Amino acid sequence: MGLLDREFTEDNIVISKVDDFLNWGRLSSLWQVGFGLACCAIEMMATSASHYDFDRFGVIPRPTPRQCDVIIISGTVTFKMATRVKRLYEQMPDPKYVISMGSCANCGGPYWEHGYHVLKGVDRVIPVDVYVPGCPPRPEALLEGLMKLQEKIRNESLVKKAIV
Amino acid sequence: MKSTQEIYNLLKEKFQEKVIQHLNTLPKEEVIEVRPESINEIVEFLRDDKELHFDNLILLSGVDDANGSKNKLEDGTEEITGGTLSVYYHIESMDLRHKLVLKVSAPRENPEVESIYDVYGCANWHEREAFDMLGIIFKNHPDLTRILMPYDWEFGYPLRKDYRNPEFYQGMKVPY
Repeated sequence: MGLLDREFTEDNIVISKVDDFLNWGRLSSLWQVGFGLACCAIEMMATSASHYDFDRFGVIPRPTPRQCDVIIISGTVTFKMATRVKRLYEQMPDPKYVISMGSCANCGGPYWEHGYHVLKGVDRVIPVDVYVPGCPPRPEALLEGLMKLQEKIRNESLVKKAIV
Repeated sequence: MKSTQEIYNLLKEKFQEKVIQHLNTLPKEEVIEVRPESINEIVEFLRDDKELHFDNLILLSGVDDANGSKNKLEDGTEEITGGTLSVYYHIESMDLRHKLVLKVSAPRENPEVESIYDVYGCANWHEREAFDMLGIIFKNHPDLTRILMPYDWEFGYPLRKDYRNPEFYQGMKVPY
């Protein structure tokens, strides 16, 4: 559902719906918070590097949450960190999206029983859009998670709630 | 290079009742147990003596011996009263190539151990960790605050054998 497969009625004019146009803009440049928590962050950095090249999806790490659209929770969320994660999320401008990457961020991972210091899933403090399973997930898995998020954004609407 | 037995004899001669015993139960490492209130003067001697010259603290670790009386609570968890908490010190001489393990034990209800920060500077954060995880109080430590857990953590010391998770921390649910 690209933008440019629409009809050209006159020279240099493309006809599209407002929803499609805004969604296309949003999903094509998802700037992420330059932020990593544990070993998943290494895979996230590998995804950003030249082999997997996150930038071809328009994902650029930004050094401040105030310029970001998506936050990738890449690693173990400790209680000490959870308060900071929440603050980072709150500083992001709307519309904002969350990708939870890896078992620890999804549900506590190997710390689920005896991890006295680990939050059992980042969805206990912020709302998550896409969960990427793995320990840690390979870059391909993170790319698929991002494409799932793009799919979700593509189906959003200004007037009705998103159907995924 | 000196064996633990030789070092023990030297220490026993100099410090007498401050050195408690030489634990030599193979296959475990040999350990010299000393009194918790005099550990700092003993390691100072071990560092400064020309024959011994222990110039490096490899590691300092706290242990919950869990040797008190255990009573089962209604929810299936255990509560321990009495017994001891211990601190182990692994020190070595990079110069003379020998090493030594020291141990102190303090009562669980009032686990006070003298800090060795004055002798080995690197003990600072090790002692803070032992305090954070097990609640061992190091006397004369320059800054005995929590190092890993949040500063406002008020639910006890997580590596004690009878530690129980709180239900909530700052509105976040703790159990799975």
